[in-house]
This record gives sequence, structure tokens and C-alpha cells, in this order.
Amino acid sequence: MIKLFKIKDQRREDAANSSGKAPIKKQSAGELRLHKDISELNLPKSTDITFPNGKDDLMNFEISIRPDEGYYQGGTFIFTFQVSPSYPHEPPKVKCKTKVYHPNIDLEGNVCLNILREDWKPVLSINTIVYGLILLFMQPNDEDPLNHDAAVVLRDNPKLFEANVRRAMGGGYVGQVYFPRCI
Amino acid sequence: MEGLSSDPRRWRDVDKLLSRPGNIVGQDFEPSPTLREDIGDVVRVLVVGAGGLGCELLKDLALSGFKNIDVIDMDTIEVSNLNRQFLFRFYFGILDSEIEKMELLVLREYQNSLFAWLGTDKKRDLIVLSASMLRDEHRFCIVLPPYQHIHQHFTIYIYLLISGVRIHDVGKSKAEVAAERVMKRINGVNITPHFCRIEDKDLSFYNDFNIIVLGLDSIEARSYINSIACGFLEYDEDDRPLLETIKPIVDGGTEGFKGHARVILPGRTPCFECNIWLFPPQVKFPLCTLAETPRTAAHCIEYAHLIKWGEVHHGKSFDADDPEHMQWVYLEALKRAELFGITGVTFSLTQGVVKNIIPAIASTNAIVSAACALEALKIVSGCSKTLSNYLTYNGLDGTHIKVTDFVRDIDCLVCGPGTLLELDTSTTLSQFIGLLGEHPKLLVSKASVTYRGKNLYMQSPPILEEMTRSNLQIPIFHLMDKVPKDTLHISGISEKNDKKASCLRKLRVVFKGVADEALKMDTTESS
Repeated sequence: MIKLFKIKDQRREDAANSSGKAPIKKQSAGELRLHKDISELNLPKSTDITFPNGKDDLMNFEISIRPDEGYYQGGTFIFTFQVSPSYPHEPPKVKCKTKVYHPNIDLEGNVCLNILREDWKPVLSINTIVYGLILLFMQPNDEDPLNHDAAVVLRDNPKLFEANVRRAMGGGYVGQVYFPRCI
Repeated sequence: MEGLSSDPRRWRDVDKLLSRPGNIVGQDFEPSPTLREDIGDVVRVLVVGAGGLGCELLKDLALSGFKNIDVIDMDTIEVSNLNRQFLFRFYFGILDSEIEKMELLVLREYQNSLFAWLGTDKKRDLIVLSASMLRDEHRFCIVLPPYQHIHQHFTIYIYLLISGVRIHDVGKSKAEVAAERVMKRINGVNITPHFCRIEDKDLSFYNDFNIIVLGLDSIEARSYINSIACGFLEYDEDDRPLLETIKPIVDGGTEGFKGHARVILPGRTPCFECNIWLFPPQVKFPLCTLAETPRTAAHCIEYAHLIKWGEVHHGKSFDADDPEHMQWVYLEALKRAELFGITGVTFSLTQGVVKNIIPAIASTNAIVSAACALEALKIVSGCSKTLSNYLTYNGLDGTHIKVTDFVRDIDCLVCGPGTLLELDTSTTLSQFIGLLGEHPKLLVSKASVTYRGKNLYMQSPPILEEMTRSNLQIPIFHLMDKVPKDTLHISGISEKNDKKASCLRKLRVVFKGVADEALKMDTTESS
């Protein structure tokens, strides 16, 4: 119960103390949880992280992955991460900035990874997402394609798929689409 | 109209609650015939949101005796709001100069056209008040019954716009119109509208209110207000909340036939963040299902919204409030549905899926808002025991109400006391981090430290460690802007029973010597 007679006194006190009140900046619980995830990041040697907005903005960062085996060996692929204040309730928004010939990544940069959407749980972390992305390059999957053509080639003609990936990474055309060099 | 608004019989029921003792009253309740007046004079309440719940709340609070009410809402009125946000009206006006000549002609003409558009010839479906009844406002008022089908509203709206007729109240600020309408009907109440986002107001704005009542529609907004209110909370050295820093919140929410009302007393009951893990994850479809194997109308809509939009509109981001964008998504979804032989894509389903809208019902809003307004009155007056602490309502099959006593999370990062630490002003950040490993209540090693959005030191990744390494030798007092006391957070590895686990902790830091000055002032004032 709010003591009414105290409220009037409170008003006068507040007016007196109004200078030097708490600063405006508030940190959401999501930012704090992200801070924990970032400070525990355990990235393999082939993976780097950068913070385009400086050390105090952890909500926007970029991860670059350089697979050291498989079809995509030697290429460098950059992903942008956008974390919302409702993290970990909502998964980060991840897009591939590098144009890549891959059955599970379309030409707009959308990534088909289950833990980024329907299988996201708050107990997962940035680490798990990064490992999920690395796995996409080690084991491209023709069963859940975002890039239909690439998926079909992978399924029916793995040798051609390998050649297409090499050509795309080196900078060149696969079908009608041009891929800038990323190797 | 005047007579009703100043009729003393209006206050009869509220006065009974406030002027009579009873068996289930709150602690320290002091019944008094003037209690309603005192509440009206002294208490300031903030209503966040002027939509479905907000309109009902403003009415309920004003009729419960609150006289100093502020309402904040960044939205403008839309036609689809009108089935429940009863403070807003849908009517159109004719130019004053033409009114004498045109009234009867126009009335008849619009009547016929409207019937044709609505697809009905049932005259009783429209209530047309003649101009003579509203002569002082110079308006024709056509009150439409609540048509759930948004498409029809849309069509009438477009038709009237094309005819060059002014539509009211569509497009106006919800907060401003709501405030104006309630003040007209209830004598003595003062409602101050704020047509802006909740993030646009600073802390002192929120601190001025004795109680905050929420009529919001998203988790993010509730989290935000919760963190502001809990930010005012202070603890003493025994980790007990200081009573005068408790800012009560009453949070209401509705979704179709279901709703909730909860009481949040920071430091006493769970805050919004304490139980946030109870929310189920939102339904999200796999991108590949959308791209390759759609099976439902919702899949087609999400395909158009999430995949096709990006392919066609490079760089331009999708705006759910732009009717042209929504129309584009609807047409693309239709094409997609046709390709796969899927039925059921409609414009209103498109809006629902894209904006995550669940159809709203006036009665749910009325019930939840009444519960919230009653709790607000109880908290402020003590006239009855407060709801403890989470009420859920389900009106799908009959009506069902249950109250659950949720438990606080003592480790809550937002409302918890955290661990109290006393430091010297000379302690460096590096020494501070060392202390954390030895403090009996913490035992946190390899700590990373963050203060009000600034990362003071990060153990990892290497790039951040490099960028923050130079802070290690600086006294933490300086890094915290030389405040006498404040909250900061650490993450690291904690050790309990020989088990190592990563953790996130809240710390209340007090600097010796500096805080003493401030404390001395406080004790003399409050006696």
C-alpha cells in the first residue's frame, strides 16, 4: 500500500535530488546474456569475429569462416549477426554477406539452419550458431535447399558440384549467376 | 451529459470500498470518507498504451477515483481498432459551408452507396443519425457495427477518401483522442496524453508516477518498462528492498479469448524478467519449407514476406505498416499458393501472419482491464489484499480465472539484489577482477566486466581483450564515472561443489568514503 502522506514528502525530496540522478543508459537482460556468450566464445582457428561498431556494441558483429576442408576449403565467408534486446528469447538474425554457391544459402544471403529459426532455444548460444554455420560448409545438405539448383547438382553430380563451387569461389559464372572471388 | 458526469451516485461503490473497514483489507488500511479525494489529489498513475486495454484502463481508472492520469502511445487510430477501442469513432464530415444544401441529398446518396459496398440492404445494419441531432458538430455520424472483416472496412475507407471526405478519428493520435474523450465524460479527471515512444521519455518522467499500469502488446515493450521500474529499486546492506524505491507495476495482456493481469512489486514479487522463460517460443517455419515445400497458406505468405521480398526489393526493407508493401506480399502469396494448389490466402490472413496479429475481442480487454484497475486501486489505497500475483483468464469455453503465486528469482539480473561489494576508490580493474575470484559469495574466475553498456574488460575473444586491456590498470572508480555506488555485471566461471559453470552475476558496488557523504544526508532527511 502506498502511504499517501509520504508521497507528498517524497515529491519535495525528489525535486531536491533531481540533479545527479541515475544516467539514462539502460542495459537490457538480453544485452547482458549476450555479453556472457561473447566473453565465453570458443572459436576455432579458422573463424574470426569483428565488431564494426566498436567494443561497446556487442549486438552487431561479423563472423568470418574459412573452412579448412571439404568443398569450400580455402574460401572466406562473412556472416553478419544482429542480436535483438529480447535475446536469448529470440535467435540472432544471421545473414551471409558473401555471395556463395551453396544448397542451403540463397543468393540474398538467407541461411537455412534449423537452430536459427524453428529449433532455436534460449539455452543455445552464439557458439552453437557458429558451429552450425561451420557444419554447413563441411556438410552441405541437398535435402533442405534454399538454392534449388545447387542442391540438385550436389545430389546428382557431386563432381560437377565441386567444380561449380571452385569456379564460384575463384570468381566466375555458374549458370547465369556471377559470383565474386572469395578465396 | 453534464448531469451524469458530476452525479455523486457515480462514486457510491468506490466510496464503499474506501470508507469502510473489513476483514480482507490490506495492512495499515485506514478507511476514510475522504480517501477517494486524497487519492485523486495525490496519486499519479501512468497508463502505457491507449489501444484495446488502454482505452478500457483510462475509463476504469478515472471511474475508480484516479484524477492525475498520463497516457503514452506512439500509434495512430486505424479502422481495425474500432471494434473494441471504444473511445475512437468512425465518422466522416462534410464541409461546413455546404451543409445546409447537401444534408439530405448526401445522406441518401451515401446511404445507397454504402449499402452497395457493404453488400447489404438491411437498413438496420447502419445507424444513421440525422444532421439535426448533431448540428453543433456539423457532422454526419454513421456508426458501423463491428465488422470483423477488415477488407470491408478498408473498402469503405478508400471509397470515402476518394470522395474527398474527411474521416474521423482515423489517423489521429490514440493517446490524444482517448484522453480528450474520457475527460469529457468524467468530471474532474485530468489526463495528459503523450504521443511518442516509451523510449523517448527519460527516467525522471517514469519516476514521477506512483504506479504504472501496462496495456502493451509485446514482450520487448514490457521488458523495457520492467527494467526501468526495477532500475529505481535500491537495497540496504542486508539485501532488503528499500520500500520507498519500490515502483509498482500492474501488467495486463490479452490475446483473443485469453488474458492475464499481474502485479509486479519490484523486490517483493517476481518482475517481468524473473519469469520470462515461461513464454513459449514463437512459431517459426524452416526457411527451406518456405522455399521448397509449402503446405499451408501461412507458408505461402511467409515465403513472399521473407524470401521473395528480398529477391525483388534489393535493399528496401519491408514495412508491415505500409499498405502497399502488405498488398504486394498478399498478391505474391496468392501466386505462390496457386502454384502449389494451396487455398486460404486472404488479405486479412496475410496481415495476421506478417504482423503476428491475433484477432482482438472487446470483452477480454474489458475483463483484464477491470482486474488491472482494481489492483491499482488496491495497491494505492490498501482497501483489499493485493492480487498475489498472476491472474490468468480464459474465456474460450465459459470463463475461467486462476491466480498463481509466482516466485521471485533471487538471482534475477533485473530486480535481484545481486552481491554487495565495498571497494576503495584506488582499486584497479585488475585488482577488482582478482577480488571476484576470492569473494566467498562469488568465487568467479576469469571475469569479464560490463558497466551500463560499456564493456570494461572482456576475457575473450582476443580482439575484444586487446581493445579493453588498457582499462585493467585504471581504478574502477574512474571507469564507473566516479559515482558513489552503482550496479555492474560480470560473467565468468563460478565454482560450486567442485563444479565449474559459466555464470552471469549482478553486483552492487559501493565505494568507501564517497558513499558515506550521501548516506549522511539521507538519514537526516527521512526521519
